[in-house]
Amino acid sequence: MELAWILTKIVAIVGPLILAVAYLTYAERKIIGWIQNRNGPNRVGPLGLLQPFADVFKLLFKEVVLPANANRFLFIVAPMLSLMPALAAWAVIPFGEGMVLADINAGLLYVLAMTSLGVYGVILAGWAANSKYSMLGAMRSAAQIVSYEIAMGFALVGVLMAAGTLNMTGIVQSQAGPIWNWFWLPLLPLFMVYWISGVAETNRAPFDVAEGESEIVAGFHVEYSGVAFAVFFLAEYANMILISGLAVIMFMGGWYSPFHGLPLLGPMFDLVPGMVWFVLKVAFFLYLYLWFRATFPRYRYDQIMRLGWKVLIPVTVVWLVVLAGMILGSLGPWFN
Amino acid sequence: MITQFVFYVFAAVLLFAATMVITARNPVHAAMYLVLAFFNSAVLWIMAGAEFLGIVLVLVYVGAVMVLFLFVVMMLDINLARIREGFVRHIYIGLPIAAVMVLQMLLVVGSDAFQVDRLPAGDMPIPPDVANTPLLGSVLYTVYVYPFELAAVILLVAIIAAITLTLRRREGTKHQDPAKQVRVRKGDRLRVVDLRSGAQNREPDNRP
Amino acid sequence: MGSAMNAIRDFLRTFLLWELLLGLRLTGKHLFRRKVTIQYPEEKAPQSPRFRGLHALRRYPNGEERCIACKLCEAVCPALAITIESEQREDGTRRTTRYDIDLFKCIYCGFCEESCPVDSIVETRIHEYHMEDRSERIITKQQLLAVGDKHEQQLAADRAADAPYR
Repeated sequence: MELAWILTKIVAIVGPLILAVAYLTYAERKIIGWIQNRNGPNRVGPLGLLQPFADVFKLLFKEVVLPANANRFLFIVAPMLSLMPALAAWAVIPFGEGMVLADINAGLLYVLAMTSLGVYGVILAGWAANSKYSMLGAMRSAAQIVSYEIAMGFALVGVLMAAGTLNMTGIVQSQAGPIWNWFWLPLLPLFMVYWISGVAETNRAPFDVAEGESEIVAGFHVEYSGVAFAVFFLAEYANMILISGLAVIMFMGGWYSPFHGLPLLGPMFDLVPGMVWFVLKVAFFLYLYLWFRATFPRYRYDQIMRLGWKVLIPVTVVWLVVLAGMILGSLGPWFN
Repeated sequence: MITQFVFYVFAAVLLFAATMVITARNPVHAAMYLVLAFFNSAVLWIMAGAEFLGIVLVLVYVGAVMVLFLFVVMMLDINLARIREGFVRHIYIGLPIAAVMVLQMLLVVGSDAFQVDRLPAGDMPIPPDVANTPLLGSVLYTVYVYPFELAAVILLVAIIAAITLTLRRREGTKHQDPAKQVRVRKGDRLRVVDLRSGAQNREPDNRP
Repeated sequence: MGSAMNAIRDFLRTFLLWELLLGLRLTGKHLFRRKVTIQYPEEKAPQSPRFRGLHALRRYPNGEERCIACKLCEAVCPALAITIESEQREDGTRRTTRYDIDLFKCIYCGFCEESCPVDSIVETRIHEYHMEDRSERIITKQQLLAVGDKHEQQLAADRAADAPYR
């Protein structure tokens, strides 16, 4: 009985998530189209709204090609290995007050552990395909993800210090209040570092050297086709949504409305369910992803490494010290 | 009952994975079995109530150390079969050493001092409803603060030493400095010249 | 002094992500600009009279085919896409018995049209053609003449429009 209830909850999270991934690809093509003065997809269904389904069916019916001399087992397992952590991390994300699958104490650590596992899919895919392009893509992505995980971890240490808990619900609750009460303001540099390394962790533009199509064809997934390719795609977009969701939870006050706790506006805006605010904020960050992709040219590999090690990590370390000072001084309205 | 069952399942997978690490022919497969072994031991730790340690095991070993391991294994193209060639020849030395090690471990684990009920209770009372992450933190930063900081400093020194030992600036390479490159402005490199046709209007050529 | 100021300015610019914000502002503006997409099958982009599409063989107004089998086009074709065979007709004129163009080899450079002394081989504005079998890539003299007959008016008008520049 309890197991069935948990399974229902899992389906209630994963189902909408996959739908969101489908429409994120649609939004990406539309918004990047608009930014490039184009219309984007508008043929399948009204306004092209059925385009994602057309794409999915196309991929489902395509043949999965196994390259010669590829490592069969790892080649097939790799896409699943990249999807699994992308979905597993959602277990601890609170969508609203008490709306969380597993309210565990070490939620933040769990999320960090899960996001760091995604790299296995990329590395193994690159290696198992037995192709030089995918191997280069895998190498680049391994180095990139390991480097940016450090900056990201440090940024999250700041959140941990500010909130005083590893529990995701607790982190949101410690930000209760209007928009200037949320952690983005006192942790602004950490927020920036988190977001930049989040974009890098998901291998999205301008940090998409792992698949850099103009240099190494498509990087780690050159040899993948059909369903296997679709799974990689799903994992990448699920990770984007996850990183956006984490940004909302840790820096943008989770499910609270921007006027929460104010005398007149607060109760008015609280009529909207918290989950709506959460989804709206996540949508904003996803829009940023697409906006970045349409704006910035790809970083060169050595520039990525320099940015990660020589800029982002020192910034986080400096701000952690400043933050410790702010907490010791009980600087309001965040730390009193 | 269920807990015990789950424990034995994960323990069995752990043992299997650990055996495969040393018997798998393909080094990448061996590394992946090691990942599996780490995972299962993390699960066992979490079942024992050490959730912080379990997740950190996944985070540090699976998420970072093994990635670098795989990185190296894939790059080096190691042939494990060649390395194993001397297996039988050295077994006469290897077996006694293994037997001695097993004996030593049995002596230590089986000794009276190692039984759970004989362990010292510790100086601090453990409140039952507090998660072990904050407890671990408070112990690390109060009772064990000097060993903790010492370990951190030693690691830092090790990092710096490793970097200085391997860092060398080769002569004659076209070295790029991204810091300089990103500082370049349009005005530093580009001069817009109003060039009219006809020889008499030509601007003096002041390029070097 | 100046260099120190510059260093400070560069530092601030770097850490305030100033140039990234400028870039984002530019693309952000374009999000709301008028879209320039041409909805292809319904709308079409304007074509030049010099457009080089599918080939055609033209005839004189009296119905006589123009081609005299001089094989200049075959010689000039950089892709070796044209194959010509010729024989004497009963009235003693030299005419082609075979005029094949391999559409897969053709690069649509227009040299054949340039080289033709009698304006026989031309490239039409047709670019939306397809084939369902690889063997259909070779179009024969009959097919080329048929294309020419069908579009003679357009072809003549295009040649006339371009005449002042030749």
